[in-house]
Amino acid sequence: MIKHLLMIAVVLLPAGAMAQEEEIPLLHAGTDIQNVDSLQRGARNFMNYCSGCHSLKYLRYNRMGQDLNIGDKELAANLMFTSSKVFDTINSAMPSDAEAWFGKQPPDLSLVARAKGLDYIYSFLHGFYADSTRIWGVNNLYLPNAAMPHVLAERQGLQKPVFKNVPDDHGGARVVLVDVAAMTPGAMKPEEYDQFVRDIVNFLDYAAEPVKAKRQSMGIFVTLFLLVFLAFALLLKKEYWKDVH
Amino acid sequence: MAAAPESAGTGKGGRLIDWIDQRFPLTKLWREQVSEYYAPKNFNFWYYFGSLALLILANQLITGIFLTMSYNPSATGAFASVEYIMRDVDWGWLIRYMHSTGASAFFIVVYLHMFRALLYGSHRKPRELLWIFGCLIFLVLMAEAFMGYVLPWGNMSFWGAQVIVSLFGSLPVIGGGLVEWIRGDYVIGDATLNRFFALHVAALPIALIFLVIAHLMALHEVGSNNPDGIEIKKHKDANGHPLDGIPMHPYYTVKDLVGVAGFLVIFCGVIFFAPTFGGLFLESPNFEPANPLQTPPHIAPVWYFTPFYAMLRAVPSFWGTQVWGVLVMGAAIVVLFFVPWLDRSPVRSIRYRGPLYKIMLTIFAAAFIALAVCGLKPPAGIYPMLARVCTVLYFAFFLLMPWYTKIDRVKPVPERVTGHD
Repeated sequence: MIKHLLMIAVVLLPAGAMAQEEEIPLLHAGTDIQNVDSLQRGARNFMNYCSGCHSLKYLRYNRMGQDLNIGDKELAANLMFTSSKVFDTINSAMPSDAEAWFGKQPPDLSLVARAKGLDYIYSFLHGFYADSTRIWGVNNLYLPNAAMPHVLAERQGLQKPVFKNVPDDHGGARVVLVDVAAMTPGAMKPEEYDQFVRDIVNFLDYAAEPVKAKRQSMGIFVTLFLLVFLAFALLLKKEYWKDVH
Repeated sequence: MAAAPESAGTGKGGRLIDWIDQRFPLTKLWREQVSEYYAPKNFNFWYYFGSLALLILANQLITGIFLTMSYNPSATGAFASVEYIMRDVDWGWLIRYMHSTGASAFFIVVYLHMFRALLYGSHRKPRELLWIFGCLIFLVLMAEAFMGYVLPWGNMSFWGAQVIVSLFGSLPVIGGGLVEWIRGDYVIGDATLNRFFALHVAALPIALIFLVIAHLMALHEVGSNNPDGIEIKKHKDANGHPLDGIPMHPYYTVKDLVGVAGFLVIFCGVIFFAPTFGGLFLESPNFEPANPLQTPPHIAPVWYFTPFYAMLRAVPSFWGTQVWGVLVMGAAIVVLFFVPWLDRSPVRSIRYRGPLYKIMLTIFAAAFIALAVCGLKPPAGIYPMLARVCTVLYFAFFLLMPWYTKIDRVKPVPERVTGHD
């Protein structure tokens, strides 16, 4: 009952009509591309909560399986919910007329980590708040009037907007959206939800550049080799230049 | 051991070399251009960038050929084919990063190479043509880089092309027709992408290679300048070799090897640990496919064009046209060609120039970097004014050069070069 009252209180605020004053600082994602456990959990979370609407059209199931140590059978049993084969790319089940449902076709997320940044996705998934003026009953702190419903609401719970009065140019004050705060609890504690989202973001980072972890670990050996090469090149130069006076 | 390099150097080597020498001037070329090409012994740090530019050119050509094998030059397939290279082609990611990082590295190295010339007077008589070939290389390189940037067909590729190509539209009378002719369409589209691909992988690289050959031929004809800015050919030994010169091979081949190794440490560091370089070498909006309906929040060219882009924006439009900014941007390149004749100093090297040139060159370098920053930022706050001031300073460096180099208090120039690394 209290929940509902709170909901009503919140939705009575004309949140949708208020423009954001300044850029709201992003949260820090704190992901680690080398953490395979996190990537595996992220893949599971993504497949369960995101892949219904969002495709990863440049990533193949079996490439993901290879990179994240997930066998083909496990892959098919736990992570593939469409009729795809393991060598297919990850497509969503979303029909092409989804635009009529959401006002926008849910975007492919193959490269979202590189286009928008990890902190942005992490913040976005923390930014939903109740707003009755929106079709799904939620709005987003970091993407005003986002078309996406709060898919993770049962995990995170619902948040309410936090407003602040700021003086305007005419001596009055305006109400500005500055933050969100917990309203109704979800199935997860805040720290659990943070980790849950962090794993998704980490996985999206992987999906945007599957070679990233390998690239970094290779880079260490390449750099070490080149430093040795540099040392020998210097010695060689010294030797040859002995007779230049 | 018929083909061993030392036998090629002496000419007394194996029968194969003799056989070739009777038909092609192999040993002669090797001697004249390499093993008996005498370079001043006092090259310093600034002299690494010529050979590094050559290394990067080779890198761009080789990685470019491999990219071409998997790239699809069409508006519908280009973006996906780049992701195909990044994900499905064996080592495609490495080849692509070598190419994209190479583009930025090319400009870093070329800017430092050009700055070296301004430091030590490498553009002065008799090296005017050498300098002009260099300016032409820079010009072609800019066109090459711009068209290459369009090929991945990301959203910044598209809007960058939109902005740059429409600049030509500001030219009076011919503008509209010229833009249409460049695009090959009424909008930036498939036709534009296809012709940019042709120019990027065939026409411009060929022009670049010929210009680099001309640049090197001119260099080897007149001989290299050096940090003291004096002619080493004035003092020769009994064999006619410059006393302050050493053969390019092996002395500078092994020395440049050190430069190459040092460069590769940094270059590979970027490739393996920061290939996007914080959005500077590969920009975030370019990871979204070209979308004519969605303008990126802030359109900026890649960093190496931003000094010139800042000048373009710094010039206000008046008399109802924006052509003035375009002309200023063009003039910023054209003025480079005249430097050998603008510089009236009796000495070449900054070591013996007076305080005026040192001050002007410092201001110029600072203004150039400030312009680069201005071009990266949205035109708000202090940036438009800063860009205007720096544009004036950029041109002041060149246009006032005949005056301040002439009245500057120069120091006496030594007869022989002073020391070496």
